[in-house]
Amino acid sequence: MMMLALVSSLPAQISNVLTLNPPEKVSGKRNDVVSAAFELVLRPGYHVNSNTPNDEYLIPLKFTWQDGSTQAVDTVFPKPQSEKYEFSEKPLSVYSGTFKVETKFKILQSAPAGASTISGKLRYQACSDKFCLPPKNIDIKLPLFVRE
Amino acid sequence: MAKSRFSRALSAGALGGLLWMAGCSSSSDSVRAASVKNETSRKNAPNFALKDADGRTVKLSDYKGKVVLLNFWATWCGPCKIEIPWFIDFEQKYKDRGFAVLGVSMDDDGWSAVKPYITEKKLNYRVLLGNDTVGDQYGGVDSLPTTFLLDRNGKVAATHIGLVSKSDYQNEILLLLDDKHDDAGAGKQPPRTD
Repeated sequence: MMMLALVSSLPAQISNVLTLNPPEKVSGKRNDVVSAAFELVLRPGYHVNSNTPNDEYLIPLKFTWQDGSTQAVDTVFPKPQSEKYEFSEKPLSVYSGTFKVETKFKILQSAPAGASTISGKLRYQACSDKFCLPPKNIDIKLPLFVRE
Repeated sequence: MAKSRFSRALSAGALGGLLWMAGCSSSSDSVRAASVKNETSRKNAPNFALKDADGRTVKLSDYKGKVVLLNFWATWCGPCKIEIPWFIDFEQKYKDRGFAVLGVSMDDDGWSAVKPYITEKKLNYRVLLGNDTVGDQYGGVDSLPTTFLLDRNGKVAATHIGLVSKSDYQNEILLLLDDKHDDAGAGKQPPRTD
């Protein structure tokens, strides 16, 4: 019940043109690998570079996680779109609209039982077809519940 | 984690900067080719002193007497990349008429990111490394590219936020180079800065 109250009070984490909707919760036992699906919503007219941009100078979409009760073992990005813009000589590897990224966490043996938080950041860099916005970081606080 | 150069510039200088921008651009939230303002409505471009790739300090005031295309850009900015060959062309074509391009990079990673880019793209104009203070002075520069065209008196004659056409820039540069009403313009030899 307490957990439900905590989860429902979590606002969508909004930063400029990109909204990050974290999953409601992550829960499991020690040594379990659990999944968290993040919904990312871009304002119409904007795109972000994918996690694998096809130009060395472009800034990739990237999640980073702090050490704690879990270890991120895999991140699954959707297939990027290949889009040609007025400013690009070749199609760029991007995301736009609404898409989901799934991160898998291993709950460490040392994790204390009960409620805690997985902390991390999402780094992205967004552009329209005419201009780019500076790279941004969104702080993520993901509720974790470790069962005995 | 440290805030980016841009977010610091925005939070620190948002109000003053936006007011300054409002005076320089007739429409700061739309992307379009701004026409060259008449002389009476032009405001002084804020002076600054920044380092170039060779470590030399460059002041904007050193360029008084020249028409200057002041371009805020970054290596990660796709639209900026399209404009760079235009600016190389302008620098080459109009340098002898008292024109100069000044690029101000807003890369957080500094010269380690910018120098290889300058070499790879064969930039023939001077590039400076921007900072929060200059970003504030010029309105926060929250969208890139942002470009100011300065007349020979160091006043802002046009502002472009975002990608515009090469011909828009060219027309404005030619207009400013031929501006007979500029006090420091016609018949005056601009100082050399190289």
